[in-house]
Amino acid sequence: MIERRRRSSFSDQELHLLTSLQAGGPRYYVLVGGLVAIILWGVIAYAVQFRYGLGVTGLRDNFMWGVYITNFVFFIGVSHVGALMSAILRLTGAEWRRPITRMAEAITFASLLMGALMPFVDMGRPDRILNLFLHGRLQSPILWDIMSITTYLAGSTLFLFVPMIPDIALLRDHFARGPAWRRRLYTVLALGWRGTPGQRHRLESIMGVLAVLIIPIAISVHTVVSWIMAMTLRAGWNSTIFGPYFVSGALFSGAAAVITAMAGFRWAYRLQDYVTERHFKRMGYLVIALGLVYAYFTFNEYWTPLYKFAEAERGYLAAVLSGPYAPLFWFTQIGGLLVPVLLLTLPTIHWVPRLRAVPLLHPRPAAAALVATAALFVLTAVPRSPAAALGDVDTLRAFAPWGLAAFSLWLFIALLPGFRERPITAAVVASLLINIGAWVKRFVIIVPTLQYPFLPIQRAPAGWDIYRPTWVEWSITAAALAGFALIYILFSKLFPIVSIWETRETAEAAPGHESARGEVAHAPAP
Amino acid sequence: MLSRRSFLRILTAGAATAAPLGGGSLFRRWRLGRGRAVPALVAAAEVDRTLVQLADVPTKYGDGAVAYAAEPPHPADVGVPGRRWVMVIDLAKCDGCRECTRACQAMHFIPAGQEWIRVYEMRDSEEAAPYWFPRPCLQCDNPPCVKVCPVSATWKREDGIVMQDTSRCIGCRFCIAACPYQARSFNWVTPPRVEGQPSAYDPQWNRVHFKGTTEKCTFCPALIAEGKLPACAAACPMGAIYFGDQSEDAVTNSQGETVRFSDVIKQGAGYRFQEELGTEPRVYYLPPRKRLYPAPPEEQPAVTGAHP
Repeated sequence: MIERRRRSSFSDQELHLLTSLQAGGPRYYVLVGGLVAIILWGVIAYAVQFRYGLGVTGLRDNFMWGVYITNFVFFIGVSHVGALMSAILRLTGAEWRRPITRMAEAITFASLLMGALMPFVDMGRPDRILNLFLHGRLQSPILWDIMSITTYLAGSTLFLFVPMIPDIALLRDHFARGPAWRRRLYTVLALGWRGTPGQRHRLESIMGVLAVLIIPIAISVHTVVSWIMAMTLRAGWNSTIFGPYFVSGALFSGAAAVITAMAGFRWAYRLQDYVTERHFKRMGYLVIALGLVYAYFTFNEYWTPLYKFAEAERGYLAAVLSGPYAPLFWFTQIGGLLVPVLLLTLPTIHWVPRLRAVPLLHPRPAAAALVATAALFVLTAVPRSPAAALGDVDTLRAFAPWGLAAFSLWLFIALLPGFRERPITAAVVASLLINIGAWVKRFVIIVPTLQYPFLPIQRAPAGWDIYRPTWVEWSITAAALAGFALIYILFSKLFPIVSIWETRETAEAAPGHESARGEVAHAPAP
Repeated sequence: MLSRRSFLRILTAGAATAAPLGGGSLFRRWRLGRGRAVPALVAAAEVDRTLVQLADVPTKYGDGAVAYAAEPPHPADVGVPGRRWVMVIDLAKCDGCRECTRACQAMHFIPAGQEWIRVYEMRDSEEAAPYWFPRPCLQCDNPPCVKVCPVSATWKREDGIVMQDTSRCIGCRFCIAACPYQARSFNWVTPPRVEGQPSAYDPQWNRVHFKGTTEKCTFCPALIAEGKLPACAAACPMGAIYFGDQSEDAVTNSQGETVRFSDVIKQGAGYRFQEELGTEPRVYYLPPRKRLYPAPPEEQPAVTGAHP
């Protein structure tokens, strides 16, 4: 039966999926060119760092880790969802997953590559990397990291590849007269798939095993990543819940990344038939649930030391909750958690459209609020100049944070009805906020602790007592993000980003179902 | 899909392969650390012209040094047999002149920005008087830095020294993160060469520095081998830094004053910094009681702990 279908023509929608594999238009080349340029700039920055040493970064003895390790934790976190979410949805037989699992699994692959790169960028002596294998000590959490990340990379690559085999076989046949490199690539990767019942059976049992195995592997990876910090005695890192705390943060940011990717591909490849509003809604529910779990862990992590207020922990707690790192921390809690969750719950809040009746929320006052928010943001963010003779400006500064909060709340409420009418836009804004917040949160976990060690920072050379990342670190970070996007985009040009055979299977399973592409229309909402 | 039985089979197989990977070596170390008897450290020495016989070195939680050295570390440098180096810093004598820091820097040609023995200004509370607090590497018997080093670039010698070989260091800086005492420094840029600096690297002397590696105090093993005091102890004009061998139960300062280690710790209320962290340092402090010098100026911010 499969054999017959292989020769038969694709449905119109499937042909549409295949068009995404063809060379893109000018916009595609501009995007890829831009990403390559950013990556090249990052390579130059790394060359500078390699030549002159890590001294070109903002890292110093007291701040031995910074942006690179933040990136490491961030990317490994984002990588989580692909494997984990997809495995759980597969095992529980959630049919609506079908059009989006491959997007999620490809995120895992791309972001894991970037995440694994970061510790090497952070190394002082990358030329001695072989020492890890010649003299590696099992006692060091770095070795645990290497083992767990390579296992995870291998496992998640298989987890991405195995369910792709039937599609690759379809491509092999579809591109039988295509370019030679494509033909060769698909022929090799299809592993001789003919869709026989025996092959199908084997595929399914392998997927079953992988889906079970990938769950503990994924959890162990982020636990071990958190141990890089939790295995030290430093106040703020010395925590027993860092493992689950990091896993929950990883799932939250990863699920949000899937929403962003869904929206991006839906728009770029016109996948409206496959990725529907319903998918955004369901992913939204998933993100809300994960966000609540993450909020619980965050609360637990800060409230217990805050209650006791032990001497060693006072420094970083005060710095994070009300000191120099407070704007970052509260941004992660409000902008990166509360606001996104509210945006995702909008479809269920019925009184929102009534806000349109409030005069203060009309476009013009709202625009005024926007300007005021931006002005106050600049005022609070720009560091105080030493010659601040302008007394009234300083008074304004004192109230700026509260004004900023009030105006942004006003702006947020004014925008709510619009977001409710555009749930996908709301979901994308929420996801982007979650991911920015996730990065900042990892920074806030890593850096403030370093500013408050057991022995006070004394006799540090000028500028060594605070961490200010340099252009090198930002360039390499931008290059890593660009690398992630590039791998992801190129992947979608080589393989269909929506699984053809899996969505087809659903259509078969529910014949006569008009919107059967990956969703069961009348299934109860989760 | 997957049947329940094959699911269980997979789980069992996974657990069976994972367990021996991580468990074995850690368990071995734990067992060694607890159960093994301390080797007979009987030593005889001239201390105050009397012969001291010492049967054993009392250890609370087992001999950490032996446990760590049991894993063949790096270049077979297990230290001087039978010795247990120890330092005692009398805070009542330290006047904060930082001669120790300067002597250390001259001895090791230390690059700018690093202080392997750093003199902190401490103040335990608002009511207490400030005092000076020299902090070399505390040479912990349960060293957090050694635990996390992925390549044995730093290891514990049997004579107590937390040794390092920077020619092996990969620059991950995990040891800096792990050290609770800020005792480790990193060469962020290529250290400039100084006149008189040797060109060959010798971990015993620590006089050559490499970009991208971590360094710290190692109690001047080359000087100890020659029967001399470490550079900081020899340079202290107040005689505040005593150095010696716990097996001999004797420590000596720059004034040639040699005292029994056990006496001076017991009678002088000696303590180890942040004993609660369990790192078991080999550096002891005598409290800054009845000081022989003016305290640091009170107006300077010097309260211990987290507040800058």
